[in-house]
Amino acid sequence: MHGVSRPLSPHISVYSWHVTMALSSLHRITGLLLSLGALALAVWLVALATGSSAYAEVRDVYASAWFKVLLVVWAFCFFFHLANGVRHLAWDTGAGFERGTIRASGWTVFVAALVATAAFAAWAIF
Amino acid sequence: MSLVTPLNRVLGLGTAGGAGEHWWTQRLTAVALVPLGLWFAISLALLPDFAYATVIEWAQRPITSILLILTVLTVGYHSYLGVQVVIEDYVHDKGLKVLALIASAFGHAALAIAALFAVLKIAFGPVA
Repeated sequence: MHGVSRPLSPHISVYSWHVTMALSSLHRITGLLLSLGALALAVWLVALATGSSAYAEVRDVYASAWFKVLLVVWAFCFFFHLANGVRHLAWDTGAGFERGTIRASGWTVFVAALVATAAFAAWAIF
Repeated sequence: MSLVTPLNRVLGLGTAGGAGEHWWTQRLTAVALVPLGLWFAISLALLPDFAYATVIEWAQRPITSILLILTVLTVGYHSYLGVQVVIEDYVHDKGLKVLALIASAFGHAALAIAALFAVLKIAFGPVA
């Protein structure tokens, strides 16, 4: 029955939001954004290998103000995906599924990622 | 005990059977990326500047080259596996799904090979 509009999982229009759902979506979103970031990284590496003038062109773009905003976003994606990834690996051992634990670990991961991003941005980007 | 009959197999019904390996390889690359990713981020942060000479000198060191190769290949594969799952989840049209999976495979292969080549060229070639 094509074309029939049915409510689709994850039912975000009606489901009450929890940190667990939000972080699960964020893990996927940051993963996809990181794939794009990997492309930007590959461009940077190829420019580096090509020579100083090619590198200078890429660097001009990557050092621009608007691109630095992008770098901060990517930094958050990296630190969040990393921290939440570790949280996933812990789940794979069977640990941490109790409701209190899973919410606490979720908030911990989110805050840790924000802090790491701020530190990294201050240290390396600006 | 498999419920897939020979006819089912020929008709392409039933699971593709690669899920276990996919799950494991995704975890394997994830575990590898914890130290590799952190090393990369911290190394970049520790660079005094991003001038060509500075970055080349860093990238040409043997340990850096080795770790960069590992990082590039692991990121490429981990990203490929992740994108595969996303495509399978959201692309419903069968033809489009196959095209998207092929595009992802080719795109990731091209990206990984390009980055790998760049790292090797920096390591072995003269600085331009």
